[in-house]
Amino acid sequence: MTYALAVVLGLAAGVVAGMFGVGGGILFVPALVALGLDHHAAIGTSLLAIIPTVFVGTWRQSRYGNVRWRAGVVIGVAAAAAAQGGVAVAIALSDATLRRLFAGLLVLVAAQIAWRTRAQDS
Amino acid sequence: MRLVLIGLTAGFFSALFGVGGGIVIVPLLLLLCAWDARTAAATSLSAIGLTAVSGVIAYAIHGDVRVGYAALVGLPAAVSVAGATALQQRLHTRTIELLFAAFLVGIAVWLFVR
Repeated sequence: MTYALAVVLGLAAGVVAGMFGVGGGILFVPALVALGLDHHAAIGTSLLAIIPTVFVGTWRQSRYGNVRWRAGVVIGVAAAAAAQGGVAVAIALSDATLRRLFAGLLVLVAAQIAWRTRAQDS
Repeated sequence: MRLVLIGLTAGFFSALFGVGGGIVIVPLLLLLCAWDARTAAATSLSAIGLTAVSGVIAYAIHGDVRVGYAALVGLPAAVSVAGATALQQRLHTRTIELLFAAFLVGIAVWLFVR
């Protein structure tokens, strides 16, 4: 049953990856935790699961001519470097407070995107 | 320069919350660089690939990567991502952006209550 759920969450992760350009980790991590992995193993394993997902996604998108390669490399390399620093801070700070601050930030960002989309429309 | 800033922000938040960098990269490309949703999503995927490879190496050194479980969730995703990418080409940019905004709110709610 848990395995079936993991496959369903995997399929859903691919859908959001293809539609929105996210890696799918947001769905992989809970799926892996449900399978019994601890938090660290779930994140590490999720990162590996992201690789085939974004590989296929990037390949398909490049066929449609949507990928800006130079920008992708610049963002990817900078993100990889910053992630090393982020891990150190993550250990030092309270998890719940940060998560809620980030949740609030996402709502603001969503409102901004919706607002911009509507403004362009009129 | 903006792209470097976006990358640094994405990497930092992704390590902090265990969310992929895409949730930060796509909004910043939309709002800061005024890219359209399709180009932002496509370029974000290429960037996440690099970040994920470097992350996997770091976690693998600590023995925190389970290849079998990664295949269990990652291979279905690799199949459905192709379909979703094809569907995305047929949608209006405006529709993708509004769906993405709704997706972000959904994640925010989940992060808040979890």
